[in-house]
Amino acid sequence: MGSNSSESGATFALPEGFQDFTRDWSADKQTFQVPWGKAMMWIFLLSDTFIFACFLTSYMNVRMSTRVPWPNPSEVFALSFGGDPIPLILIAIMTFILITSSGTMALAVNYGYRQDRAKTAALMFITAAFGATFVGMQAFEWVKLIVEEGVRPWGNPMGAAQFGSSFFMITGFHGAHVSIGVIYLSVVALKVLKGDYEASGNYEIVEITGLYWHFVDLVWVFIFAFFYLW
Amino acid sequence: MAAEGHQEHSLSIYLWVWLLLFVLSTLSYLVDYLGFESYLRWSLILIFMLAKAGFIIAIFMHMAWERVALIYAILGPPVLLLFLIGLMAVEGDYTLLTRLNFFGETNFVAQEHATEEGH
Repeated sequence: MGSNSSESGATFALPEGFQDFTRDWSADKQTFQVPWGKAMMWIFLLSDTFIFACFLTSYMNVRMSTRVPWPNPSEVFALSFGGDPIPLILIAIMTFILITSSGTMALAVNYGYRQDRAKTAALMFITAAFGATFVGMQAFEWVKLIVEEGVRPWGNPMGAAQFGSSFFMITGFHGAHVSIGVIYLSVVALKVLKGDYEASGNYEIVEITGLYWHFVDLVWVFIFAFFYLW
Repeated sequence: MAAEGHQEHSLSIYLWVWLLLFVLSTLSYLVDYLGFESYLRWSLILIFMLAKAGFIIAIFMHMAWERVALIYAILGPPVLLLFLIGLMAVEGDYTLLTRLNFFGETNFVAQEHATEEGH
């Protein structure tokens, strides 16, 4: 009711940790002490976590329940550069590219807080370029699997039919996230470069974009472990 | 430092975590390259995966410097997924047993390359 001027006995300093947690949730005030855009991005990422978890769980379910042997990802995704095929090499390179892009994004956020306009924009463009490279390699991988290996959502010559549908669903959805991330990064980087945040000095948007990008990398960590390595 | 969501850290912590993520990725690739099998393989995959995920969330996504209210709100709900995974594992096991019971072992023979054989 109206202004909450009389704090109920909270004159002493509460310790950090659980009491801090209960006070933030129970007091008549804003719960998340971060800019609203950042809180909303976190909540969106939480919902996205559930989507990807559902995909990976359904993949686990179909892989466990099939009588037909699962195709060996180590061989399916092997690539030869003239000599013997190197197992899983394309996926390893894609993993390193995504981690590199995560590093440049972390640096962009850091320079954003220093209000270094040029370096922030440059690092974000580099991040977007790595992201585009990742999508390009994924497109190459899809074409190779569809055209050369004959993998279809309903079957493939190497083993369990569910391999194709799981693969296209999981990597396709992740690839869509990377593509959207590249567009998102490019738009924000352009705005940074134009000096849209120069007047306010508020580069919070860079950190919010960074959260999305790191999440895309985070999802890949789980896909790499469960789909490609398992 | 953590107030207002403004976090300025020295660059070195990011560079160290970056390097660490490279090392962990290399290690998880080596699990496949060196051909570890069974429980050793699975536990190594999970260890490297969780370490990478932890560093990305804690350092790159700044979760380590957020307030407890936000940390619990974001990291708490995914714990529920463990129940979904557990239930679906039981379900998958049951489906496999049922299929083996009714259809028997598979007679699937993997082909080398679909395109090389006929069409």
